[in-house]
Amino acid sequence: MTTTLTTSPAQTSPTRPEPPARFGDLLAAEWIRMRTLRSTPWTIGCVVLFVVGSAAAAALVYVRSLSDVPNGYLAAREPYEYLPFTAFPPPGFMTLMLVAATLGAVTVVSEYGSGLVRTLTVAVPARGSVVLAKAVVTAALWTAVGTVISLGCFLASQAVLDTKGAGVGITHPGVLRGLVVSALLPAVCALVGLGLGVLIRHTAGTVLAGALLLTLLPLLISPSASWSAPLHHATLFSAWKRLVQTWGPSPDTLVPMASVPGSWLAYALWPLAAVALAVVVVRRRDV
Amino acid sequence: MNRAPRPGTVGHVIEVNELTKRYGDKTAVDRLSFTVRPGRVTGFLGPNGAGKTTTLRMILGLEAPTTGTTAVGGVPFRSHARGLRHVGALLDAHQVHGGRTARAHLAALARSNGLPVRRVAEVLDEVGLTDAAGRRIGGFSLGMKQRLGVATALLGDPPVLMFDEPVNGMDPEGVLWMRHLFRRLAAEGRTVFLSSHLMSEMENTADDLVVIGRGRLIAAEPLREFAARSAGLGVVVATPQAAELTGVLTAAGASVEPSADAGRLTVTGLPADRIGALALDHRIALTELTTRTASLEEAFMELTADSVEYLAGRPR
Repeated sequence: MTTTLTTSPAQTSPTRPEPPARFGDLLAAEWIRMRTLRSTPWTIGCVVLFVVGSAAAAALVYVRSLSDVPNGYLAAREPYEYLPFTAFPPPGFMTLMLVAATLGAVTVVSEYGSGLVRTLTVAVPARGSVVLAKAVVTAALWTAVGTVISLGCFLASQAVLDTKGAGVGITHPGVLRGLVVSALLPAVCALVGLGLGVLIRHTAGTVLAGALLLTLLPLLISPSASWSAPLHHATLFSAWKRLVQTWGPSPDTLVPMASVPGSWLAYALWPLAAVALAVVVVRRRDV
Repeated sequence: MNRAPRPGTVGHVIEVNELTKRYGDKTAVDRLSFTVRPGRVTGFLGPNGAGKTTTLRMILGLEAPTTGTTAVGGVPFRSHARGLRHVGALLDAHQVHGGRTARAHLAALARSNGLPVRRVAEVLDEVGLTDAAGRRIGGFSLGMKQRLGVATALLGDPPVLMFDEPVNGMDPEGVLWMRHLFRRLAAEGRTVFLSSHLMSEMENTADDLVVIGRGRLIAAEPLREFAARSAGLGVVVATPQAAELTGVLTAAGASVEPSADAGRLTVTGLPADRIGALALDHRIALTELTTRTASLEEAFMELTADSVEYLAGRPR
């Protein structure tokens, strides 16, 4: 059948010069995919309300506890200090981690589940670039959402605390770092979820792995033993807590505490490793 | 791998060279070689499980071959950073996200390849989905999804088109529409490659055939030659005097075999008019006299009978 080919018949199908392949086009395409899913805005709206609400609730609990305290004690505690874990309550932010990681994973896992990934791979054979574009769009979206949540939590909690004159301003020492690290938290988790999604490709497995890595791991690894403490500190949740927290180790403590630069490093390495692994794997594997 | 178009490769030819894919100890595709030419519709035929989809997936770079190479227009498809201007493909109409509208699905694909946004409206119009453009794909029928898949394939106006079982789930009107579309695309000079496990789908559509069974090449030739190869031509005769007629025809040099159904004979070696004349001479009554030309379907079945992967009712 490999006969000599006579000249091609009237080649009317246009072979226009192909424009250069731009990464920006992939970003725009991923943005269209992200915003045209109805579930995205709904989920984001709910999680914003939930986390900001959790900060307001934490502040309310604190304010209520103040009213139970006899006036003499209260006076002794003045002036009020900045309460980082009331402004950024861990239960709310742990929920945010899970939601962001799940949505980050869903952006890729849903494409594997439906087989859409094959259509997309034929459209863009440069698979690594597609994963990178997804990562950039995911990170941008969740940084924006995280900024709203982070500012919302701080402002809502301080507004509640201010009813007892217990709030602090945004320029108070330590507040800015808490704001920044909390704003970045969902983006970091969404990227970890995206990486896991590319590696595992199944919804249930990916969500389970995300929950294990992000929320269960810091609970399972002891922070007090000297050999396991660095591992505990390297988990995302611990790194976030260390960076929100405004105090350093007390001189008499036996429990080791993570350093601030070390926690920033853990914060950066988790998403970088997840995305890098995803790009490597997606280029080698069959689709 | 040579990335520049090879000299002598004219137009946008699909080339498959010694292609092999093994999964563990199962060989899905076995040293397959063939060429698909532009300006023609080429049917890719084989029973279920013959390796058609695996072959298409390897051509599209979705799967890495164990050995062998594929090329489209002289280069491996995966060497392109963007694919829609080079090859349009419909592999499985279900491979879409049900939550998006048809328009959003196509808009994202067009954007990823730097195609103008007007292409979305053009291809939707082409496949007759303009009215459904704003609806969620999840609510589409299989036939509508097939049309959307065709729209996706046409988006980049590519010189090469590949369709895997394109008419599955389509109504008769849709099948006819597809057939006209394939013919038109080929007439425009494009390379059109479509797989099917049904010969009847190819009968009025394909110019060339590539037939495989159990991953091996069975035939690669123009449809007309394929049809002519079929054996089993003969004349079916029904008569109450079967024994007498058998004697007469055998004496005249024909070979006669009793047919599966009672009272019928299959005669080879004599044309129908000679059989009729001989019967009249010997006063033998004929109740039926039919020349049997093997249909394409039969030719296909005959050729692939040894290579059917899943055969009912026969222990293997």
